[in-house]
Amino acid sequence: MSEKKTTNIILFSGDYDKAMAAYIIANGAAAYDHDVTIFHTFWGLNALRKDEQIPVQKGFVEKVFSKMMPRGADKMALSKMNFAGFGPKMIKGVIKKHNAMTLPQLVEMAQEQDIKLVACTMTMDLLGLQKEELLDGVEYAGVAAYLADAENGNVNLFI
Amino acid sequence: MNVDKLVDAKGLACPMPIVRTKKAMDGLSSGQILEVHATDKGAKNDLTAWAASGGHSLLKHEEEAGVLKFWIQKG
Repeated sequence: MSEKKTTNIILFSGDYDKAMAAYIIANGAAAYDHDVTIFHTFWGLNALRKDEQIPVQKGFVEKVFSKMMPRGADKMALSKMNFAGFGPKMIKGVIKKHNAMTLPQLVEMAQEQDIKLVACTMTMDLLGLQKEELLDGVEYAGVAAYLADAENGNVNLFI
Repeated sequence: MNVDKLVDAKGLACPMPIVRTKKAMDGLSSGQILEVHATDKGAKNDLTAWAASGGHSLLKHEEEAGVLKFWIQKG
């Protein structure tokens, strides 16, 4: 086992702002030389979706889920003041103004910093998401893999 | 002071200043000095904590015309 400290974040939320917080902490922890894992489950999986439509075989309910959920980090909604999509437009303007990073940029930086992005396979099945629809380089695991990382972890967050 | 590398993080928001600082620090060897410029108001607390956690020493910091400057020696 490595002597590095570890940060383990569960991203459950599919909200743009909450995912931003998760990814800022993750990127900061990587700069702290931690081994960092973000375990994406339920709505948090949408942060890992590719933004283009991927042709895959799906049942009816899964198709409906796919249509109704945001396809990728850039399309996620705000947890507050979403105003039917106008809120995210405003916040992206403010992010640009303050030279902060957008969620897709934070996800890209997380990959550059070797942060382990994990997709929960059980919730992928529930929401009808398939590997082909998620970003390349994502790892697939379940609760045991998360616990193995977290039981010796130094920072554990559920967002 | 003999500065070995300069990180210009002016205008960048959290978490970029420490991400850039970490990257630059990785390229230095023990005892070398990194100079960091930032305008993010959280940078003072962030870099002080980051340096302490990584075993580096913050030799000096000052503020000049809104720019926070830090000199960190690699541990």
